[in-house]
Amino acid sequence: MQQPSHSSRRQFLGLAGGAAVLGTIPVVTVHPAEATPAMLASAIQQVTGGAAVRTGKVKLDIPPLVENGNTVPMTVSVNHPMAPEDHVRSIHVFNEKNPQANIANFHLGPHSGRAQVSTRIRLADSQKIVAIARLSDGSFWSASVDVVVTLAACTEDVI
Amino acid sequence: MASALINVPAKARRGDIIEIKTLMSHVMETGYRHMASGELVPRDIITSFTCRFNGAEIFRADLFPAIAANPFITFFTTATESGKFEFEWGGDQGFSETASASITVE
Repeated sequence: MQQPSHSSRRQFLGLAGGAAVLGTIPVVTVHPAEATPAMLASAIQQVTGGAAVRTGKVKLDIPPLVENGNTVPMTVSVNHPMAPEDHVRSIHVFNEKNPQANIANFHLGPHSGRAQVSTRIRLADSQKIVAIARLSDGSFWSASVDVVVTLAACTEDVI
Repeated sequence: MASALINVPAKARRGDIIEIKTLMSHVMETGYRHMASGELVPRDIITSFTCRFNGAEIFRADLFPAIAANPFITFFTTATESGKFEFEWGGDQGFSETASASITVE
């Protein structure tokens, strides 16, 4: 869309003013939009419906020190049999400080044979990652890992 | 354009637990980034991935912007019979792609 020239000048002055207020112009602007521990708790609440989540069974494999938050390998496995009468129904992964608390939901079944999934995720900041497994008996199990990220993802500006 | 990489063993013994690896090329634009002009880059991500074996769903994932570009997903399944795996990706802005792979179970 073609903007009239005076409006882009106004935008520029606004941006310059904003930068002056901030004092410095960071090379990569990280916007304040981020999930809070409260958002993490509410995202977990949506999955569990308020049921108790016990620690254990779940193993969250993710490097503790991440150089590039744009692609972080992650493996979640649940140490639980995958029998028709007793299996892992789903695995949910959450983060604490990305703009959105959800990372992914994986739906499994007894035919999965092994409750293990891998993917690559983005991390916008050093934060806690939480994985929750829902078993067929309705119980929830979790694991969490603290990750340090040196280059953030998700919210950096397109240059 | 969009293309998928699928890794499924060609052969397996009945009852074996096999690993399936999938990769779909996609930018996974988060919708949280701004252009230099200050405009928000619209979100463009894959939101769902489904794997069916001989028509029955065996694995499904809901994806969010926190999934890295070119979503790579691996999971497991039990080989029960010969047949065809069908993979389907769906997402923003009408994104829809499919792929398939066959396995011989003996």
